Amino acid sequence: MSATLPLSPAAPMPAASAPSRSYWAVVWRQLRRDPMALAAASVLLIIVAAAVFAPWLAPADPYKASMIKRLLPIGSEGFLLGTDELGRDLLSRLMYGGRLSLLMGVVPVLAAFGIGTAIGLFAGYVGGKLNMVIMRVLDVFYAFPSVLLAVAISGALGPGMSNSLIALTLVFVPQVVRVAESVTTQVRQLDYIEAARMSGASAFSIIRVHVLGNVLGPVFVYATGLLSVSMILASGLSFLGLGVKPPEPEWGLMLNTLRSAIYSNPWVAALPGLLIFVTSIAFNLLADSVRSAMDIRR
Amino acid sequence: MFAYILKRLLYAIPIALSVTVVSFILVYLAPGDPLNAIAPADAPEEVITALRSAYGLDQPVPVQYGLWLMRAVQGDLGLSIATGREVTSEVLSAVGNTLLLAGVAALIGVVAGCILGALAGYRHGSWIDRVATALSVVGVSIPHYWLGLVLTIFFSIWQPWFPAMGAGPGGSSEWQWDLEHFRYLVLPAVTLSVIPMGIITRTVRALVADMLAQEFVTALRARGLSGIAVFRHVAKNTAPTVLAVAGLQIGYLMGGSILVETVFAWPGTGFLLNTAIFQRDIPLLQGTILVLCMFFVALNLLVDILQPLIDPRMGRA
Repeated sequence: MSATLPLSPAAPMPAASAPSRSYWAVVWRQLRRDPMALAAASVLLIIVAAAVFAPWLAPADPYKASMIKRLLPIGSEGFLLGTDELGRDLLSRLMYGGRLSLLMGVVPVLAAFGIGTAIGLFAGYVGGKLNMVIMRVLDVFYAFPSVLLAVAISGALGPGMSNSLIALTLVFVPQVVRVAESVTTQVRQLDYIEAARMSGASAFSIIRVHVLGNVLGPVFVYATGLLSVSMILASGLSFLGLGVKPPEPEWGLMLNTLRSAIYSNPWVAALPGLLIFVTSIAFNLLADSVRSAMDIRR
Repeated sequence: MFAYILKRLLYAIPIALSVTVVSFILVYLAPGDPLNAIAPADAPEEVITALRSAYGLDQPVPVQYGLWLMRAVQGDLGLSIATGREVTSEVLSAVGNTLLLAGVAALIGVVAGCILGALAGYRHGSWIDRVATALSVVGVSIPHYWLGLVLTIFFSIWQPWFPAMGAGPGGSSEWQWDLEHFRYLVLPAVTLSVIPMGIITRTVRALVADMLAQEFVTALRARGLSGIAVFRHVAKNTAPTVLAVAGLQIGYLMGGSILVETVFAWPGTGFLLNTAIFQRDIPLLQGTILVLCMFFVALNLLVDILQPLIDPRMGRA
């Protein structure tokens, strides 16, 4: 994705620390009128609420196993969505599982958003040789397919939740840096930055007041697009056994441990993956809507 | 043209080198002394020291890298800790299966994506456009390890048309070009093809719609060219971009196949990576990653070189 700058030379930006309130009001109104955005947001809201309030909503203890109640089908008495291979209530595990799955999907994107924006702003604002060196070093990461990079890093660090979070963050940072750097480089050459510099503003305050507001929009749009990828990759790492460890409930891991049940109870086995899919598609549709809502300034 | 190819080749060298650096660093990311993975825990001090100098681990890190690179260039990637066999032969026997899977998946994805995308671009706003757009969103959002499971449930358990495990009858890992082996390829390849299909549908749709709105198309139509002749012009103009996107996707498939290979017990590099990770077999992990990434670099180079053959304007830049 190329980061397009929501700027036109004829209409100079209101040089405020953030785009004017009316801009966000317009974006918000646009989103509220978009049925796809509303649908995606409601689905996400339900999933997030079910995960957050799992201790109050879940009908059973997600860790309580029962040898005689293993792999009950969907709609069994007392077990609305059946039970898993150890006889644990699947609905409760799916609700609790959302906590770790969402956390592992969202945290790397947030971390990459912060780290990547900072590096990109720095590289773009400094410019010159240092910028080139930083960008060439980050180019190395583009020589790796992203799944392979994530698997390689978390494989070398060893299985575990924090290691896979680190691996995913490392996969996303270079991508965010690229977006932030390209916008910063474009903005840096504009006249009002020159004017601010001549009036004696420090580099830090120029970045904070004049550059950041321009960079955040495109980076935010890019990061929302990453959420879906991150969900799939994070659950994929747990599916491979690289992320969350049993008996913690997590969708990717549940999908893996239930794989042995696809012959006896296929629908129960497919449920955790369905949730990953629904969450990921909702993130994707929401990201598309946000992108088109924020492009209105162009 | 020659200068262009030379420039691309020269540009690929630092990238290939940096890939080797990252692969080399993987060993140092692994917690603990790399020797712990090689030597038994109760080995006496002399044995440890001897091993340390035998592996060159008593040298400074840059020297170690140089030595490792020299050996790697000669095709020596060390010994696997898990199996005791040479990493190079292990990787080479598995990488063929991965390339086959990724290649067939890419072929399905690219062909289906081009057809869907072109139809959607031509009939902008019609029901076919909406179906293609929905399919492409599903393609990029679906966790393919789950899709593999669902396809297995439908086409291997419910309707036992295709086998769900392995790459050939009797658990053989040697690929052969016959119908029996081909049946084993269907489910994993279709599973893996949805990502490139989604992305290429999206790309082609946007390109075609954009192209049809341009003046040269109106001019061609005004001159009385038939629909097929106009389409030929549109196709020629979209080809370079589609090639670039498709090339990148095949590369991603080689990495992404690790999940699908796990689902279908496909005997490729994904299986090797799994073994390497859970047996803490760092040389095997390093070797597999290195070989896969070299294929990725080579593929990107190939795309860069092929592009000006389709669009001569690029070669002059």
